[in-house]
Amino acid sequence: MLHIYCPYCGEHREESEFRPKGQAHILRPKDPDNCSDEVWADYLFFRDNPRGLHHEMWLHATGCRKYFNVTRDTVSYEILETYKMGEQPKITAQSRAAGGEK
Amino acid sequence: MSNVAVFDQNAGAGVLAESPLSHVSGRKGGSSPGVILREKAFMGYLTLRGNAADAAFCEGVEQVLGMPLPTAPMALHQNTQKGSSILWISPDEWLILLPGGTEYETELALRAELSGHFAVVNVSGGLTLLTVTGPDARHLLHKSTGYDVHPRNFPVGKGVTTTFAKATAIIRRPSETTWELVVRRSFADYCYRWLVDASREFGLDAEI
Ligand SMILES: [Zn+2]
Repeated sequence: MLHIYCPYCGEHREESEFRPKGQAHILRPKDPDNCSDEVWADYLFFRDNPRGLHHEMWLHATGCRKYFNVTRDTVSYEILETYKMGEQPKITAQSRAAGGEK
Repeated sequence: MSNVAVFDQNAGAGVLAESPLSHVSGRKGGSSPGVILREKAFMGYLTLRGNAADAAFCEGVEQVLGMPLPTAPMALHQNTQKGSSILWISPDEWLILLPGGTEYETELALRAELSGHFAVVNVSGGLTLLTVTGPDARHLLHKSTGYDVHPRNFPVGKGVTTTFAKATAIIRRPSETTWELVVRRSFADYCYRWLVDASREFGLDAEI
């Protein structure tokens, strides 16, 4: 059982209150009519599946019903941080490699 | 002021209303029941949505309800004079509880007072409220929800939306000795039967 910190409720809740919703920070192409099929297909269908650090969206389904972001290690399942929609992660593959926050 | 077609969903005393627990017979828990369960049926419920950073919105709500809009997560504000309360549900959503029959006039008053991007929805038909009191009320909750209901985490004046017996419920603590469960109408029977079962070891008095 994971204990997940909801940045909107401001406290930890049990995993059963949440639903994972896939990769975070996916940007819709600004001009869909004029982007290549490859770019559009990448946006629609292709998702990262990294071994290690991953940024995901989670939904506080039986709580405040807000989406938020999670930085999670897919190997250890450890949740390194959670942050609100529209914010950027503090912990990234680069920051880890640079020996910053891990 | 909002130009939205609304109607009074309360059919009045001439039409028989049935609570979602009207079919249960209740039970007596002996001389010293550990858990006392009651239903507060037919209360008024309004879902309010809006921008808590908008001062005019906050003032408008306070003006109508006679209590400030709770902006801290899970804060429960009560107006004991009016018998009403408002609970933080999410950063832009609140649940207003009102004495049954006053929900329509309150909705109209909110619509008259508020402007811009907001929503008021009468959800009275979809919810009911169970009160849990008695010396073992908290022990019963321990068996029913994963949420930490210890007083250090759950003081009076707090309410959370969480899982309850595999269903979803709002657990509120309006006073030192009273717990309230706001459950969906369609889950009321299930939650009631769960509570009856979970209360067996404590003794249950349920006049429903
Ligand atoms: Zn939440």
